[in-house]
This record gives sequence, structure tokens and C-alpha cells, in this order.
Amino acid sequence: MRIKPYGDTLNDGKIQISFTLPLKKSNRAIAAAKEIAYEMGLIDPSVVHAEDIKEGFCFFVVYGSVGFSIDYDKIKIEEISSKTLSKEEIERLITSNYDRELVFVGASTGTDAHTVGIDAIMNMKGFAGHYGLERYRGIAAYNLGSQVQNEEFVKVAIEKQADVLLISQTVTQKDVHLKNMIELVELLETEQIRDKVILIAGGARITHELAKELGYDAGFGPGSFAEDVASFAVNELIRRRGEENAG
Amino acid sequence: MNKLNLDEAKIKACRDYANIIADDVQKFIDKHTTKSVERSVLRLLGVDGIDEFGVPLPNRIVDDVVENGQIQLGISRYLASALIATKMNLEEFLKYYLENDISICNYSLIGKEETFLVLKTYYEKTFTRIIENKLKRQKFLEIYPRKKTDLYVIVATGNIDEDVIQAISAAKAGADIIAVIRSTGQSLLDYVPYGKTTEGFGGTYATQENFKIMRKALDEVSQELHRYIYLVNYASGLCMPEIASMGALERLDVLLNDSIYGIIFRDINMQRTFVDQYFSRLINAFSGIIINTGEDNYLTTADAVEEAHTVTASQFINEAFAKKAYLKPELMGLGHAFEINPEVEDSFLLELAHAELAREIFPKAVLKYMPPTKHINGNIFRAYQQNAMFNMVTTLTGQSIHLLGMMTEAIHTPYMSDRYLAIKNAEMIQKTMKSLAEEISFKPGGIIQQRAHLVLDEALLLLKKISKRGMFNALSDGVFAQTKRGIYNGKGLDGVFKKSEDYVNVILEKMEEFLNEN
Repeated sequence: MRIKPYGDTLNDGKIQISFTLPLKKSNRAIAAAKEIAYEMGLIDPSVVHAEDIKEGFCFFVVYGSVGFSIDYDKIKIEEISSKTLSKEEIERLITSNYDRELVFVGASTGTDAHTVGIDAIMNMKGFAGHYGLERYRGIAAYNLGSQVQNEEFVKVAIEKQADVLLISQTVTQKDVHLKNMIELVELLETEQIRDKVILIAGGARITHELAKELGYDAGFGPGSFAEDVASFAVNELIRRRGEENAG
Repeated sequence: MNKLNLDEAKIKACRDYANIIADDVQKFIDKHTTKSVERSVLRLLGVDGIDEFGVPLPNRIVDDVVENGQIQLGISRYLASALIATKMNLEEFLKYYLENDISICNYSLIGKEETFLVLKTYYEKTFTRIIENKLKRQKFLEIYPRKKTDLYVIVATGNIDEDVIQAISAAKAGADIIAVIRSTGQSLLDYVPYGKTTEGFGGTYATQENFKIMRKALDEVSQELHRYIYLVNYASGLCMPEIASMGALERLDVLLNDSIYGIIFRDINMQRTFVDQYFSRLINAFSGIIINTGEDNYLTTADAVEEAHTVTASQFINEAFAKKAYLKPELMGLGHAFEINPEVEDSFLLELAHAELAREIFPKAVLKYMPPTKHINGNIFRAYQQNAMFNMVTTLTGQSIHLLGMMTEAIHTPYMSDRYLAIKNAEMIQKTMKSLAEEISFKPGGIIQQRAHLVLDEALLLLKKISKRGMFNALSDGVFAQTKRGIYNGKGLDGVFKKSEDYVNVILEKMEEFLNEN
């Protein structure tokens, strides 16, 4: 199936963009904005708004349409295959497979000070009506908070004999999160516990694909809730145990 | 202003409990000092610079005494004794100290009175500079009086030169307050980086030189715009009083200054940071710097409806601590936030009730009101609408320091256009709804009044509970932001020392003396 962006008619290809140019507002600046749109491949670009936001800087709102279409059938992504279960289903899955609590240790690691992400997944209250892992029967959840250094995080993971590690990364300026995420994997390998845990990353700019690439078992982006994370983690733990037993 | 029909007796009871809580902690504070308190004393006596390994001199000297002497006597005595014994002035001594790699503990210690005598020239010089800064700010404010609500924006490029460009553009677009966000993790450094910096993650290092660069740029733009642009930085963390010292020296106008925030959100040890907070707030009071407190952050972790009273309770406690440090209400930027899930029915009314409650309880405080962040998603158009509602609450309740919400919150550090659009959003609401607050009253016993009464009642209960348990125990119980912190846990505990009977802190004593008289 070939598709184009949708404005108000199928295949009209309409898109909206906004940007700033380091130019004072003028007819010539507006023409320059239009040229940017042409270079982006837009057909019939229309600069609907131009406004000086600072001396020598003009902000534009531009509409236009794209001339190409894409083949949706050829789009392949790396996706988490586990189906999301409800809290109760997850709890049942744990009790029927384990006679102990599963240990989840989570933190916003490195220098990252943002806790909204990890709190949404782990704290009792959860987020937007989705309870956090602390409230799950069968899960012992330890939220270490923010700015937890990787060394400290690994130490706690070993102490608590963690089954699942959750790390949250919000600050992505200059790719600081990538460095930090890779460092954690290396540290876990050094301590020889990488294979003993399910390692999961989450954050506003985290995708499953990126997480896999960095050596994680899964990545969860915006709009993920505790049950998404727990469904994956518990299923994966059970699957791995099955493999071990078979092996 | 009495739109909520609040029970004055309950407000008074809250204040009384908050005072009991603060009194109890103050007893602990008065008996202790910290590495960062002592380093601040050095800074305010004129010790600055780094050694050949890049270690700031205040750290080097204080660590020297921790290792080879008795820091519980106070760094003032060691420094004064060294100056007397070597017959050098401060500058000569510091050079000698570094070049010969000696210990400051090699000299016989002089007494309290003599310490004051020796150090007088140095602290008086600093005090003169700080008072001049204060007068300069006052002069600016006389020529360019402030509006009821200041618009506050953040710059955070990591590069101070780039920050200056962003700050000037924000000021020109209408911002009244510019905050330079610190590099992530700086609050956990037990030293203050030195000199101008052009690299940082998620923000720019707070250094004295960076303060100076931004101040100069903002003074220029203030004169051009006929508006005095406030400069903000962040003191909360392991170097609270040192950053306050630097802020005093370079004329910052506002400092985030809240130990409870550090305890909960940065896992800083509570003993350490309460002691640090007192000295830093004292410096702020002396310098006329507005403090901002961080209880708004509780709502990013805990639920904004269920836990609203924890914010109110914390404001009462922060007010009590601020009073102990001689801060006047005009310098108390108590924090709160617009963080209720917009999916909650009538949440706008609840936000209005909370904001009005803060305004009526603390009529003279320069309340700091924080924008929605928790329930902002990548839909920038929805975020713009949420920010508009937030701007309305500010205009309706006369908040003083209004942090602008960015529609690209949690997507990236704001683009120039994001900031511009945020300012225009707020300005349109301020303009179109300018007199609305005076036109409306709240229905007696209606949703808004009832909500405000409930939050006040709950705050009163919580304050009573904390006053019974004591602040340290209450924090261990997890009363704020549902986060538990132990008295002996957290960062920086190794920098806390019980003062000796013969402890001397020339800066602390002189500032207290000055503030008692003025």
C-alpha cells in the first residue's frame, strides 16, 4: 500500500512545518522560507505566517504537500512482540510460575535528574490511572530515584538479586544518554550479570530499536505504562527459564 | 484579598506548627558546620582561584584543615592565625601556600577576638561589595519598577556565550527573569567549577565567571529595554552557601535555595543540607537575593490532587526557615505548580483554588508558580493549550514569578521560537484578562472555596504530624513526594561537623549582627 500524508483528502500529501531563519522579516526573507520548503521537496509551499521574534530572526509557518508516496508494506520495525497483559493477569502469571517475588530495580541513571519517567512506571501511584510496579503483587520494586551512578546501580542490582533492571533516560543533549546506557551494559558484563537480568531502557527519546542496538533487551518510549514493561519482563523471564531448563 | 474565606485561625495554627518544626531543626543547625559553609567563609573573605590540579582553593584549604587540623574550630581561625604568623596579607599568603605546598594548620591558633580583628579588612571589603550590589539593584528597580507578574524563562545551552544570545533574545521578547540552568549533576559536585565554561550537559555550569558574564549582558539589555532583567541560578545542592556567596558577589537576583528539594530529589543528606541552607539563606538575606523553594516538584512525583496539601505544608515550613535566616516575605519565592492531569474534570478550578490559596496565605511572598510538565506529551498543540490555562491561573491569582511552560517540554531544550511563543502566550492572557481577577469572586461554599479549605485542613494536619515527629523523622517517613530519606543516608554527610565550643565564623556572626540591626 502506498501512502502520503493526509490533510483533508486522501493522498493530498499536505504537511505543516514551522521554523526560524536568521533573517529580518521581509519579502525576501519570506521567499527564502519558501525556498527552504522547495528544497525539502514540498510542492506549492505557502508561507502562511512570518513574524520577527528577535532582531534578525524571523519565525515562519509553512504549508505544502509532498510529491512522493511511500510503500507501507516495506516498512519493517523492531517491535516488542509480547502482548500487554493487565495488572491482574501479570500478577497471576507471576504466582503461577514463581514462588517468590520478582525483583525490579529501577533508576534514572548517570547525571540525569528527571524522575517523571521512572516514577510513572515504578511508583505505587503510577501514571494516568495505570498503577506502578510497586503496587503489583509478586513484584518487589526498588526505585532508586535520579542521578544514580551506574556503579551504584549495579551494586544495588547485585545486592537485591534483581531479575529486571529498568533505567530511565530523559536528557539526550549531545547524546549523553547513549554513552551512559552503553557504560551500564559494559559494567554489567564486567560484573558477569548481564545474562542474569532483563535489561530495559525507557524515556521520551528511547525506542525499542535503539535499546536493542545498545545491547538492551527492550526499550519503551513515551506512552508506555507499567503493564507494558511488566508484561514484557515477566514473559521474557519465563521464556528464558524455559530455555535454561531445556538446555 | 479574601476570595476563599479562609479560616485565619487555621492559617495561624499552620504557622505555629511550622515554627515548632523550624525551631527544632535550627537547634541542630546552630550546633553544626559543614565543608561548604567553611568554603563559603573563605570565598567571602576573598579566597578564589584554583591550584595546579584545578582544585578550587576554598576546597584545598578546607580539606587541608579537615585532614590536618580541626575544622570544628572554623576556617576563620585557621586563616587568621596563618596571616598573623606569616605577617602576610591574604593574597601573599595564598601564593606562598600554593608555591610551598604547606599546611594551613602549621601555625599556633589565635583566639576569637583576634580572629575578627585580623579578618576585618577582608570581610568588610566583601560586605561593601555586596551592599553596593544591593544598592545597584535597588536603583535599577526604582528607575524600572516591576510588574505584578514576572515572566521567567530558562536558558540551558551548556555554553555561556550561547546562553547570553538566548537570554538577550528572550528578554527582548518580553522575559523579565532569565535562569541559567546548571549542567546536570552539578548539584552533586562537592566543589564549584572555576572560570568561564562553554561545555555542559543539559545546562551550563554555575561558576562565578559565568555569573559575571551573564550579569553584564543582562545589565546592558536592561538599560536598553528599560526593564531590569533578573538573573537566576540554582544553589540547592552540596555547594548551597558557596553558590549563594558567588551570587551575592556577582549580583544575582534570585537563587533556587531549598534543602528539602535537595534531600528528596537529589538524595543529599539532610543534616548537611539544612546546615548549608541556613548559611546560604543568611547570605541571600544580606544580599537582597530572592530565594525560590522547590515544593512544586513534589507534584511531579506525587499526585497533584491528592498531595496538594504537602505543597502548602512545605511552603509554611520554608517560610519558617526563611524567617530564621532573616529573609523578608518580599524575598520568599515559595514554590507551587500547575500539575493536575487535564483529564480530571474541573481540574482548572482545583488549580485556581490551589494558586489562590497560596496567594492568600502568603500575601507578600513573591510566589513562584511552575508550569505543567508531568502531563505534557509530544502534542505541542495540546501543550500550548495547557500552558494557556496555566497562564490564566497566574493572571487570576496574581502569582509573582511565573515560569513559562514550553510547548516542546520533554522534547528538547527550547528553540528560540518555543520560548518566543511561550512569552506571547502569557502576554496575551495578561493583557486580555488584566482586570478579570478584580471582577470575579468565588461562590461561597462552591467548588473552589471548598477545595481550598480542604487543602488547608490537610496541610494543618500534616504540619501537626511533622511537628510531633520532628522534621528529620518526618523526612525519613516520606512525607513529601512519597520519598523516604534517612537521617544518615544521602550524599555529603561526611562534610558535616559538630562545632567546637571555640568555633568561629566571622561571616556568619557579622551577617547575623547586621541583619539583627537592620
